[in-house]
Amino acid sequence: MNRVKPFDHLVLILGTIFMVAPVVVAFMTSTHTAADIHMNGLTLTPGGHGVETYKTVLTRQGGFTGQVTGARMMMNSLILGIGFAVGKIVLSMLAAYALVYFRFRFATAMFWVIFTTLLLPLEVRIMPSYQVMSELHLLNTYTGLIVPLLASATGTFYFRQFFKSVPDELLEAARIDGAGPIKFFIDVLVPLSKTMMAAIFIIMFVYGWNQYLWPMLMTTEERFFTLMRGIKQILQVWIGSQIPDYNEAFALAVLALLPPVLVVVVFQRWFIKGLTESDK
Amino acid sequence: MTDLPAPPLPRLARLRARFLAAPEPAKRVQFDRPLLPWLFLLPQLAVIVVFFYWPSVQAITSSFYIEDPFGFGSTFVGMENYGDALGSAEYRRIAGFTAFFTVMVTALALGLGLLLAVKADKVIRGRSAYRTALISVYAIAPPVAGLMGMMLFDQHIGPFVKLAGWFGWDMKVGLNYWDTAFAMIVVSVWKQVPYNFIFFLSGLQGIPAAVREAAVIDCKNGLRRFAGITLPLLAPTGFFLLIINITYALFDTFAVIDVMVKDKPANNPITLVYKVYLDGFRGNDIGGSSAQSVILMLVVLVLTLVQFRYLERRVHYG
Repeated sequence: MNRVKPFDHLVLILGTIFMVAPVVVAFMTSTHTAADIHMNGLTLTPGGHGVETYKTVLTRQGGFTGQVTGARMMMNSLILGIGFAVGKIVLSMLAAYALVYFRFRFATAMFWVIFTTLLLPLEVRIMPSYQVMSELHLLNTYTGLIVPLLASATGTFYFRQFFKSVPDELLEAARIDGAGPIKFFIDVLVPLSKTMMAAIFIIMFVYGWNQYLWPMLMTTEERFFTLMRGIKQILQVWIGSQIPDYNEAFALAVLALLPPVLVVVVFQRWFIKGLTESDK
Repeated sequence: MTDLPAPPLPRLARLRARFLAAPEPAKRVQFDRPLLPWLFLLPQLAVIVVFFYWPSVQAITSSFYIEDPFGFGSTFVGMENYGDALGSAEYRRIAGFTAFFTVMVTALALGLGLLLAVKADKVIRGRSAYRTALISVYAIAPPVAGLMGMMLFDQHIGPFVKLAGWFGWDMKVGLNYWDTAFAMIVVSVWKQVPYNFIFFLSGLQGIPAAVREAAVIDCKNGLRRFAGITLPLLAPTGFFLLIINITYALFDTFAVIDVMVKDKPANNPITLVYKVYLDGFRGNDIGGSSAQSVILMLVVLVLTLVQFRYLERRVHYG
């Protein structure tokens, strides 16, 4: 059965090239000067101006207020990604623990209240969400950036599935030994969930880092801009310019894609496990 | 008369009975504390009520009102906003494009993902290298994908435009309606293939070796084996992905579209979600935008119901 099949490899190699080439082109082109790109088009070979382009993108004070640098946007993206992932894990672990391990009135109703949120993505209720945020005076704050994104049950769903697969005997044994709910949670369930937590952290970090629409609406002050918001900005500046800053746009794109790609590639095993096993 | 079987409950009563019945406990043993579970649920519930239910209810209420453009109160207009939306030729044209876009993106992303997964499942050497390469693309954000797509389809520097030129296709992305649509679909598919690939590959590797070997003995024809054995066993994965991909094409492609049309659709195609955003934030038509939101909510609701009622039955779960 295990013959080497050249045709299979050919399809795979072509597919992989189709998928990866744009990223390589983006990186290689970002190391050329804008004029060079304008004349010669996109390229697959490295140019000699990479260091200065990236330095400019990271440190130049840009925008209309001159307040925002690439490094600042990167930090904001990091705050959003990590804040979102940590918040998601804390909220959803607690909620899933209550739903799986406790007998209480209205448990079914609460289950539905939480899981209905899976039905409606943020995109269909952006306008009213924005109004709620402005009524609460949360525009242009990190709280306003992160907390509303937590209002969905994906993490709770993952943890609920996972907790249900934990053997019942553990709880029985813990109760015989006299452990209460809080001790059981901290000493038994949290250590057991470490892999699951890591997987969800990776998925949620990528999700938070990659957010576009919400940060775009929530942040009008440039010091709160994330990298994704910066990409919109750089494209808007283009209109009317003689030679657009292709190199800087590509450099920004590379900076925006590098952290999530690195996280996913390095922690591939956990990531795939978390992604595929929790959906069954 | 007494020992006749109980008549089947009407659908609504059955649903009600299921909802009111004591929940099937998730665990054989559970803690019995009245207050503690609420304490654990509180943070999640608070966030959901403030940032999910409140805005959702607001979307529904404001869809029945027309807001004064200068912010002085609003007037109740009943279904007028819905009538305006559904009645306008522009809305129907965008709905038509959204349907076309969704079908194209879903079909192509699923097809390519499946093809690559089947091939990656067959080869031994290099499988993890292919997987790593493809997964790295999964992590790229839609706006970044959109930006790179813009460059690849750029009038001056884009290689795809040159390539199309060789075949006599004068591609003008951003100016020509269908050329822009083409670029949007390519970028959206590109971004979604890795996700489908990961799930299909993990589904394929979940098929027991004994089943594969038995299939090889019974059937020499690889294509028939694939259609008769592999595909049905992959159906649950494929079905799950179908719904995910439709949702992706409807909603998550927002960033790709926004980067490509930059708030000024002019003669470019947009999807329904993008119109909700344009009317609400650029046009300040809060009532109309809310009515469109509610229409989209209904679409998602119907999709979910279809998922649970019809499609799931026809899928084989091994």
